[in-house]
Amino acid sequence: MKLKKGIPVIDQGNKLGFWGDKFGGNFVPETLKKPIEDLEALFNKLKKDKKFIQERDKYFKNWIGVPTRFIKLENLTKHVGGAQIWSKVVSDANGGAHKIYNATVHCLLAKRSGKKVICGDTGAGYAGKMLSMAAKKFGLKCKIFMGAKDIARQQPNVKAMKKNGAEVVPVYSGSQTLVDAVSECMRFWVANCDTSAMCVGSTVGPAVFVRICGWSTSQISRELKVQLIDEFGSIPKKLKLYNCVGGGSSSFGFWNEFMDYDKKQCEFIGVEAGGPAKSKKHAAPLTYGSKIGILHGAAQYVNQNSDGQIEETESISAGLDYPGISPLHCFLKDTKRARYTAASDEQALEAYKLVTRFENLRPSLEPSHAFAVAISDSKKLSKDTIVVVNSCGDAYKDREILKKRLGKKYVKSN
Amino acid sequence: MLNPISAAFIKAKQENRPALLTYTVAGDSSKKQSLDILKSISKDADILEVGVPHNTPVADGSQIQTSAYRAIKNGIKVNDIFKIVKEFKKFDKNKPVILMGYYNMIFQYSENKFLNKCKLSGVNGLIVVDLPWPENKDFAKKCKKKSIYFIQLLSPTTTKQRLKKIIKDSHPMNYFISMLSTTGGKLKVSPNDILKNYTKIKKIDPKKEIVIGFGITEKTIGKLKSADGLVVGSAICKEISKSLRHRQNPVTNVSKLVKKLKSKIL
Repeated sequence: MKLKKGIPVIDQGNKLGFWGDKFGGNFVPETLKKPIEDLEALFNKLKKDKKFIQERDKYFKNWIGVPTRFIKLENLTKHVGGAQIWSKVVSDANGGAHKIYNATVHCLLAKRSGKKVICGDTGAGYAGKMLSMAAKKFGLKCKIFMGAKDIARQQPNVKAMKKNGAEVVPVYSGSQTLVDAVSECMRFWVANCDTSAMCVGSTVGPAVFVRICGWSTSQISRELKVQLIDEFGSIPKKLKLYNCVGGGSSSFGFWNEFMDYDKKQCEFIGVEAGGPAKSKKHAAPLTYGSKIGILHGAAQYVNQNSDGQIEETESISAGLDYPGISPLHCFLKDTKRARYTAASDEQALEAYKLVTRFENLRPSLEPSHAFAVAISDSKKLSKDTIVVVNSCGDAYKDREILKKRLGKKYVKSN
Repeated sequence: MLNPISAAFIKAKQENRPALLTYTVAGDSSKKQSLDILKSISKDADILEVGVPHNTPVADGSQIQTSAYRAIKNGIKVNDIFKIVKEFKKFDKNKPVILMGYYNMIFQYSENKFLNKCKLSGVNGLIVVDLPWPENKDFAKKCKKKSIYFIQLLSPTTTKQRLKKIIKDSHPMNYFISMLSTTGGKLKVSPNDILKNYTKIKKIDPKKEIVIGFGITEKTIGKLKSADGLVVGSAICKEISKSLRHRQNPVTNVSKLVKKLKSKIL
């Protein structure tokens, strides 16, 4: 299995949508074949269309507010005493997380295809919140599917979705988390694909959704590349890019523009959710060697039992609490372009404490996983190593969990 | 030897009626009970579809999901499903059985091993909800070698060009999804419109049997009887759930329901 140079990874799949002839594809009911083909044709056309790119860039700039900041975490660097720790503050984006890029692009596509309704899934609530914002902006009706357990633990985002006029549909089946929300959203689309567009909230699902999402979040690395050159004059000789990985949308977008660099110069480290230290359950299929299976239309490494039933996951972070992983990351793992590891709930909380103690930055529980590994690695790295962590979400949505686990002093009021 | 599925269609045509296909989930609500249900409905049903329960079923509505989750909770494994079919075939060896499920279950078992087990236990056909054409070409060929029908799904969204290609590659039986819906949705298209679509598909190759499924209940089945076959699934799963809720025997209740369904298409 080989990664090709000079071709975007999203376009390296084969005719049937498999990366490395193995990951991804379109394992979908017959009813969805046509709508998926239509979406594919539209996306393939528009991503080469200068006017469409201009339109996207206009909304990215004026509405999302790109570029997001690239900052040095001076105090944290001093405290850790190793590599220079920097952060790409993607949570600066309108709405507070990277999910806005994919949501915006899906709404633009939905408008072009004449659809009036857009449905989406959400775990942490960010994908849902951003889709509700974008839907409102572009005049689409919005329906968000969310696991009942996630609705309970991510209330601030649920309130935001409702405020934006979206209908939030609680999903009570299975583990009542993201995996069930995605299933229910796909079911809704099966029954309503003639009038509705679907936005899959991460780089998962049938191949075209993986590609659209990866294309959208790549905005992050496009900006970072410019910012690195501005700061250092060129791409640093020792660059390490840390990102949490749930479905894998922010990490893929954070890495995409650096794909062709040698991994000795520019290393990618994906941090999965290891779950509670004492629990056997986790959301880290790449780290803990899960087998390839089919979930939500795509072949991928996925937590499952020997029969092929998808297993329940456990993580403090709703956004990473997913048993599968993007086919793109399976491909990057097997081609050895990226390295994957996991952080436990407790390690993520410790990292959150440390970052907020030293810096004016509040990473949500998802990027706190990435910070945990970045901080511990940085101790052993040379001072000329540039470590960049994608702070892809803001902790406001996690305030209840943080209050419960760490006490009131770690939660700000706004 | 003629596949019992084809034999069932011939018999139904001789009786001037569509074939009645039932769908129940293996292991719902227990291994024994699901076997007892199959035995009790086999006198009225022409073809038995047996669901392989999966816990992320993206095309199933709430009734079948409930049945599937119940079966999984009660411990059903793929090997148990083969045992159930084998036991059933001892009871009624000529009654065709079709397994219906999601591809991951077959993929984990391994395609070849799965098909061998199908052959040994007497499975006559397979429906794999999330393995559409052309992705299913290789697997369908393997099925053919074992004389197991791989049943292609056709939907109202399937384009005419695609219909032709699928039907050309298909085995003697295909399954037309009546409307845009998950299983068990309310029939949102008139039976007349469904039959219009059905006729269009039938014309492409009149020799191939086409059954209609999704949203068919006691109320609607009679209006669709000009089709080659009709599938009822969610309504049966619902009956099982209802029986359990009222502490009644699902076996007798389902048996009564299937009898009633049959009476509407005679």
